[in-house]
Amino acid sequence: MPDSLVIRNLHASVGERPILKNFSLTVPKGEVHAIMGPNGTGKSTLAKVLAGHPDYVVQSGDALVDGQPILGLEPDVVARAGLFLAFQYPSEIPGVTIANFIRAALVARQAKGAPFDAKAYYAELYAKMDALKMDRKFTSRFVNEGFSGGEKKRCEILQLMMLKPRYAVLDETDSGLDIDALRIVSEGVNAMRGPDTGFLVITHYQRLLDHIVPDRVHIMWDGQIVHSGGKELALELEEKGYDWVKKELAHA
Amino acid sequence: MADFNQDERAQREAIDVDRSKGDFKYEENYAYDAGVGLNPGVVDYISKVKGEPEWVREFRHRSLGVFESMPMPTHWATNDLDNIHFQEIRYYLAKGQKASRTWEEVPDDVKRTFERLGIPEAERKFLAGVEAQFDSEASYSRMKEELEKQGVIFCGPTEGLRDHAEIFRRWFGKVIPAGDNKFAALNSAVFSGGSFIYVPKGVKVAQPLQAYFRINAQNFGQFERTLIIADEGSEVTYMEGCTAPKFETATLHSAVVELVALKGAKIQYVTVQNWSSNVFNLVTKRGVAEEDAEVRWIDCNIGSRLTMKYPGVVLRGKRARGEVLSIALANVGQHQDTGAKMIHAADDTTSNIIAKSISVGEGRSTYRGLVHIPRTLRNCRNNTECDALLINERSRTDTYPAISVRGRKNSVQHEASVSKVSAEQIFYMMQRGLTEGEAMSLAVNGFVNDLVKEFPMEYSVELKRLIELQMEGSVG
Repeated sequence: MPDSLVIRNLHASVGERPILKNFSLTVPKGEVHAIMGPNGTGKSTLAKVLAGHPDYVVQSGDALVDGQPILGLEPDVVARAGLFLAFQYPSEIPGVTIANFIRAALVARQAKGAPFDAKAYYAELYAKMDALKMDRKFTSRFVNEGFSGGEKKRCEILQLMMLKPRYAVLDETDSGLDIDALRIVSEGVNAMRGPDTGFLVITHYQRLLDHIVPDRVHIMWDGQIVHSGGKELALELEEKGYDWVKKELAHA
Repeated sequence: MADFNQDERAQREAIDVDRSKGDFKYEENYAYDAGVGLNPGVVDYISKVKGEPEWVREFRHRSLGVFESMPMPTHWATNDLDNIHFQEIRYYLAKGQKASRTWEEVPDDVKRTFERLGIPEAERKFLAGVEAQFDSEASYSRMKEELEKQGVIFCGPTEGLRDHAEIFRRWFGKVIPAGDNKFAALNSAVFSGGSFIYVPKGVKVAQPLQAYFRINAQNFGQFERTLIIADEGSEVTYMEGCTAPKFETATLHSAVVELVALKGAKIQYVTVQNWSSNVFNLVTKRGVAEEDAEVRWIDCNIGSRLTMKYPGVVLRGKRARGEVLSIALANVGQHQDTGAKMIHAADDTTSNIIAKSISVGEGRSTYRGLVHIPRTLRNCRNNTECDALLINERSRTDTYPAISVRGRKNSVQHEASVSKVSAEQIFYMMQRGLTEGEAMSLAVNGFVNDLVKEFPMEYSVELKRLIELQMEGSVG
């Protein structure tokens, strides 16, 4: 499928330990898919494997961004192919300002030696920061250094909005957010929804999905998707709890 | 030891290859050549070619004796020093005006580096040794004219000692005597090139004085000698080196730089140097700050096989201030042994040292600091910060601070940190689309960021690009 993020029969492990077990999922461009599941089921591993993290070994399977295979590529190549990962725990980069970091990321996407329109860049950066209710002072703060949990997540969404990927994987973006920050971050994501972008929202709790209403919800258990449905599935899961998954779905 | 031998062999092979390309060839068209090896005849030859007064010739001879009598400092410094073969080195070689090679003979990677650094065509040719004379005469003479109106003397050591002996003789070899260390003695015996500067009382030189313009009009010296005297209440900034890599035939560079800031004067000395990786760069730099005077060293060391350099300030007058800001980047096969010395010799003196080192691959960086405040002084303060950044597991950094602070009214503050660019940081940056090399250079630039802000603008920009080049080359 050319206009989709396609993951087919993916097996991946950390060291000797298998984590993803025959995982398959398709996210068409323009849709928001949520993956829910208990801790330790492989949700974050999925995000990192897609992004090309060197600690994970892919045994078999495919992942394609609009038809282009991405497994085995360097993380930067995957990123430039159009896959963005909003980290659960973003790294600090001392001495590098947010403005310079995002700028470097944008320059990396340009043809070598092409001129960079700094004026347009700052205009857009400020507009997006306003939308995320981030103080302008943030541009000169060092990436994630001394940030609160909420500030880190807002900074991730700011990068997402500036880099405009084809597909965005949001890994537990709601963790560490209070209700106001949750709303602001969700508004940022919602503003980006449209025919050009697909979203894969990984979350443990249903509450994020009150704000970012998904087109499809998938329940993940032990390295694979065991059940899929519409947005109401998230509510059902919230009501019945993960024990229900364990009893009813795990053997499916 | 096996490693050293291997290193040495690798170095030699590298040089041999370059030589066959015409990169390191010694042509027969040098107007002046002191020949190979070190002996009193060489010293006489240099002195004669330069038309020096007798006292300078005697100074050189005495220094040669001191050099020969001093042992190699390998009891504290690296044994790699033993790989310097003094009898295989040429101590004086003046090219005259003839080019030594053609542009076609310059290796492609060198040309690419020039391009990446954005160096203008004319300068590229000079730096690559294609043109013996870079067309900077015009800018230099304009600058010189401006300076002369203010009474500023800006010349080389030969002219300085010959034409202005009454000014320079008083301080020449006094801040750093020939016997200070073995390499200062060597420089004192065979020095040529460098700058002699005198700034009269109260004159504040607006534009930084650049060695670049002046020394380019001659030849870069292997044994540069610089003496700057800022008379009472004057101010001057001097910039040495340039960020373009120097492609040197000579493997030993040993400079001596003496600064004298008289009452209330300010001297800022900026160095950004990028040596090729076959060079031993062994430099002695020291300043004296009299009452209310300030001496500030900004020192960036990139490249070379081994750099040993510890800029120092002797705080000799009340309320004098000394500062060293240094950045060292040790790439694969390189050892940056750098640091700072602050000798407090009067009340109410303050000193500040901020040293940052980056070790890449098997690169090694060493910090050596000396802070001395004797018991008899009051209200002296020193602040020392030294931070090391390691790029991977095999990198190495060592810190040897020597702080002797006595007396109850004095204070010293010392902070040291070692950090590493983590795999997670690199992954995070690469996930945003940066290549591994770009991610590393961003991390390194972040590490030195607060220090680089203190640099003159044009140097900070060039330094940033230089770090990018170094980091790009360091990842497979």
